[in-house]
Amino acid sequence: MLSCKDATHLLSEAQDRKLSLSEKMQLEIHLAMCKGCKNYKKQMRFLREACKRLAEEPGKTGE
Amino acid sequence: MKASEGKLIDDVYLDGIRRDMIKFAHLQLRDSAQAEDVVQEALLAALDNAKGFAGRSTLKTWVFAILKNKIVDLIRRQSRTINISALSGEEENMDQAFESQFKTNAHWMPGARPSDWGDPEETLRQHQFWAVFDACLKHLPENTARVFMMREFLEFETTEVCQELSITTSNCNVILHRARNGLRRCLEKSWFSAGEQPC
Repeated sequence: MLSCKDATHLLSEAQDRKLSLSEKMQLEIHLAMCKGCKNYKKQMRFLREACKRLAEEPGKTGE
Repeated sequence: MKASEGKLIDDVYLDGIRRDMIKFAHLQLRDSAQAEDVVQEALLAALDNAKGFAGRSTLKTWVFAILKNKIVDLIRRQSRTINISALSGEEENMDQAFESQFKTNAHWMPGARPSDWGDPEETLRQHQFWAVFDACLKHLPENTARVFMMREFLEFETTEVCQELSITTSNCNVILHRARNGLRRCLEKSWFSAGEQPC
């Protein structure tokens, strides 16, 4: 079974490449049981969105 | 008709774009002098190629596309002289911090479990969030930040990032994972838990 540590690697890589079917299945089974990793997944998506918005409007950060 | 409407580009608008360009370049390059130089270069290139603009996109999109290319050229040149995959002490600390979040069975320690960050839109709307996000980005070690920003900020495919910086895909994955962990920990500490601290 996938550990949380493994799951963080797959969740990061999912931002960069298409996961294989077996990777996806293992991940989904893990996420169904693990709230921490489910949050981690949402956090990864959040980081991407935040970077995208910042690139569109770099003045956001003030100064 | 106001006089300003007759002009294609007004100075205030251009000034705003230039400021944004410098900010953008600085976020990627982390060096004020380099950021100023690359923006200058991009603006000159834009003037030289004014015909290329032809209103196909907004002026801002167009000059930013030129700026991105200039930044990548610069990174490409620099990557010949620096070893991106070399680990600094800071990066080693980040890896240790990451490992320390797990029990021996590689599952989360109870206190380290990632929390629910709530509604992302709500956070992204908040003014102060962006200062915290900026600080967390700056907190990333240089090489880690460089790879991460190329991927997420310049929006290159991971394969392109690896190619431009001459690093292997698995190395790229390790670096991106490190950056994302560092950022999420920083945000969790500095922003998302701020409301829950005991008095």
